Amino acid sequence: MAIEVRIPTILRTYTDGEKAVTADGASLGALIDSLEADHPGIKERLIENGDLRRFINIYVNDEDVRFMGGLEAELSDGDQVVVLPAVAGGAA
Amino acid sequence: MADRGADRGEDSPYPVTVLTIDQATYDAIVTHAKRDHPVEACGIVAGPEGSDRPERFIEMVNAAGSPTFYEYDSTDLLELYKEMDQRDEEPVVIYHSHTATEAYPSVTDIKLAGEPGAHYVLVSTREHGNNDGPVEFRSYRIVDGVVTEEEVSVVPTLQKSEL
Repeated sequence: MAIEVRIPTILRTYTDGEKAVTADGASLGALIDSLEADHPGIKERLIENGDLRRFINIYVNDEDVRFMGGLEAELSDGDQVVVLPAVAGGAA
Repeated sequence: MADRGADRGEDSPYPVTVLTIDQATYDAIVTHAKRDHPVEACGIVAGPEGSDRPERFIEMVNAAGSPTFYEYDSTDLLELYKEMDQRDEEPVVIYHSHTATEAYPSVTDIKLAGEPGAHYVLVSTREHGNNDGPVEFRSYRIVDGVVTEEEVSVVPTLQKSEL
């Protein structure tokens, strides 16, 4: 199973500057473990206390995984995964 | 790491720079901030990858709708990044307003800054709100939690890139 994962600029330090890498997994959680095996340290930037970080967005085939079961979201061969940090902030 | 601020620009891959922005884009950011006051306004100015030219002004919706917080809607965010990708663009300026405080990055702004190559522009509307009058308009680099203010140079139009 091969799934393309688009990596945002701020996480490319983990992928030797690559904008996209290949990983595999039947669920998003498994995919992230596969990413971690090849790019140590990246998991910690995506997951906190066993859940997706609040200000990291992950999309599978253009759908936000929060609406697909989060880390439980099922993946299939050929799916495209995009990781984007939230653009957020404010005076608070 | 503690004295990171002291050697800024020497080791950083993003050296201290100037934000050069054209008057129309500057005005568009200010107009947006005044219109949305007291809610924080947010948006982006995209430009060709590696050009450092803020060319394409894009207002974003503040999905938080808050006077003290902004966040792009997650669907809008994906659309924006896909579009920039297709056009070989990157975010050159990421702007938002503070509506009751100064135009300086808050702890939240610093923590959530995810584009080390971008100019983070802050506009403060605290003085005149929705009305005419000057605003604070300041620009920063935010890299690994380190904030570096930079000069803002407003020009009539951006010069054409030399090819």
